[in-house]
Amino acid sequence: MKTSVNIAGVEFKNPVMTGSGTFGSGMEYSEFVDLNRLGAVVTKGVANVPWPGNPTPRVAEVYGGMLNAIGLQNPGIDVFMERDLEFLKQFDTKVIVNVCGKSVEDYIEVVEKLSDSNADMLEINVSCPNVKEGAIAFGQKADALYDITSRIKKVAKQPIIMKLSPNVTDITEMARAAEAAGADALSMINTLTGVKIDIERRKFVLANKTGGMSGPALKPIAVRMVWQCANAVQIPIIGMGGIATAEDAIEFLMAGATAVAVGAMNFINPYTTVEVADGIEKYMERHGIEDINEIIGCVK
Amino acid sequence: MAQKKKETAVVVSQINLAPGIYDLKIKCSIAQDAQCGQFVAVYPKDKSTLLPRPISICEVDKEEGTLRLVYRVAGKGTAEFSGLKAGDSVEVLGILGNGFPVDKAKPGMTAVLLGGGIGVPPILQLSKELNCDRKIVVGYRDAQCFLKEDFEKNGDTYIATEDGSVGTKGNVMDAIRENGLVPDVIYACGPMPMLRAIKKYAEEKGIPAYISLEERMACGIGACLGCVCRTTKVDHHSHVNNARICTDGPVFEAREVDI
Repeated sequence: MKTSVNIAGVEFKNPVMTGSGTFGSGMEYSEFVDLNRLGAVVTKGVANVPWPGNPTPRVAEVYGGMLNAIGLQNPGIDVFMERDLEFLKQFDTKVIVNVCGKSVEDYIEVVEKLSDSNADMLEINVSCPNVKEGAIAFGQKADALYDITSRIKKVAKQPIIMKLSPNVTDITEMARAAEAAGADALSMINTLTGVKIDIERRKFVLANKTGGMSGPALKPIAVRMVWQCANAVQIPIIGMGGIATAEDAIEFLMAGATAVAVGAMNFINPYTTVEVADGIEKYMERHGIEDINEIIGCVK
Repeated sequence: MAQKKKETAVVVSQINLAPGIYDLKIKCSIAQDAQCGQFVAVYPKDKSTLLPRPISICEVDKEEGTLRLVYRVAGKGTAEFSGLKAGDSVEVLGILGNGFPVDKAKPGMTAVLLGGGIGVPPILQLSKELNCDRKIVVGYRDAQCFLKEDFEKNGDTYIATEDGSVGTKGNVMDAIRENGLVPDVIYACGPMPMLRAIKKYAEEKGIPAYISLEERMACGIGACLGCVCRTTKVDHHSHVNNARICTDGPVFEAREVDI
């Protein structure tokens, strides 16, 4: 049985990855799951300098999911490379580093520093809804997305994945802009902006007021967007949004995703990633599927 | 540190201690690793409430392999837990966090243990583990002084109530003053205004205070960075002035945090 998939020349042993920001750099989760079982660890967004993130409360539960407004707290690229990337060297899994910034120059600084590292691919975060500057500002207008993608592509040594925001009118327009600018792959979807109000206190629950919604309630929207984009572009897509089980992951694959990422469900069940990987194999056995690639995009 | 895991616990018993306050005893293997001041995350069965609920450990019985969790019903998840009966199963994740440093209270010292509201329960296990003179001060809203009899077995116990119905009228700080308590070290868990007052008091007296903080959490294991608190110095892990309450805490030395 062949479970491996190829994205922009990088071979992943299986299509199961982690959603950036939901798995740290794998350290905390390595107590629960064998990171060698994953196709890739996608690390939490890292900027050129440390970011303190937003005030608390940063998380809130909503029906069938959660809101977060962490605000991309990170220790900065230098510490990240010395500590997190070093840690990941001991595992036989691919490493995708999620990169964030407030300006194009910030992103480029991080991308350049990573050029000789063990990062196999870079995921460019142009879709975090929880920071005031940068991030989503680059991901909601096709021309801005085209510009940042092409500028990063010029300096990046590794293949780049543009992570798309669902907070747009037509996500296929963004997918096409990223592809036209030279992106090697897309990942989608980032969180959907939401609000929760505490009616007893007449206040927003999150200090940031708005947050990004994730969790199983999001899945049909994410599958729809992956399917639309798979029909709009040729580059591979990493699908995510509410994946809790192997069945969920298979929906994304059939909609056209070459790989999938488990996000918020890591917080709820820390074993989810490996359970999804095991479940995909069982599904393939049950259906006599020799190669996972047979089902990718099989639903038109 | 013991490995964290998610497992199915069996409910041994549950009683209603006071209005909205429940006393749940569960049997689980992670009880063997539990220390005072640590917590577990308990999962509701209702799939619309996905995140586990962090609940402090009130008592540990390693021989029985049980944890005693005393909690307040605060929403849908805890309301569901309040319906658990002996023999039911419940999913738990643990053991989480760093507990109270009991070695900071040496024999001959006077430790003042302060609990307020739903911060009272973790003080009980702490009071059993300290090997020094223990003065326990617990604060409640009214005469519903849950766990009072348990505390009285483990040290001199002083009560403060907001309505003055039992003990000192006011909060735990008022009870410290009224009873002339002179701590060498303080341990505390309770609402933020109480912890702020304790931090100020401890800094004025130049004594250490170990305070247990609370925040909305998602993962409970230090990955999501949802439950941070401000730190006075740059944190060794985050490299900014934030520490993770779930992993670096929930107990911090008061001087380390900016609350």
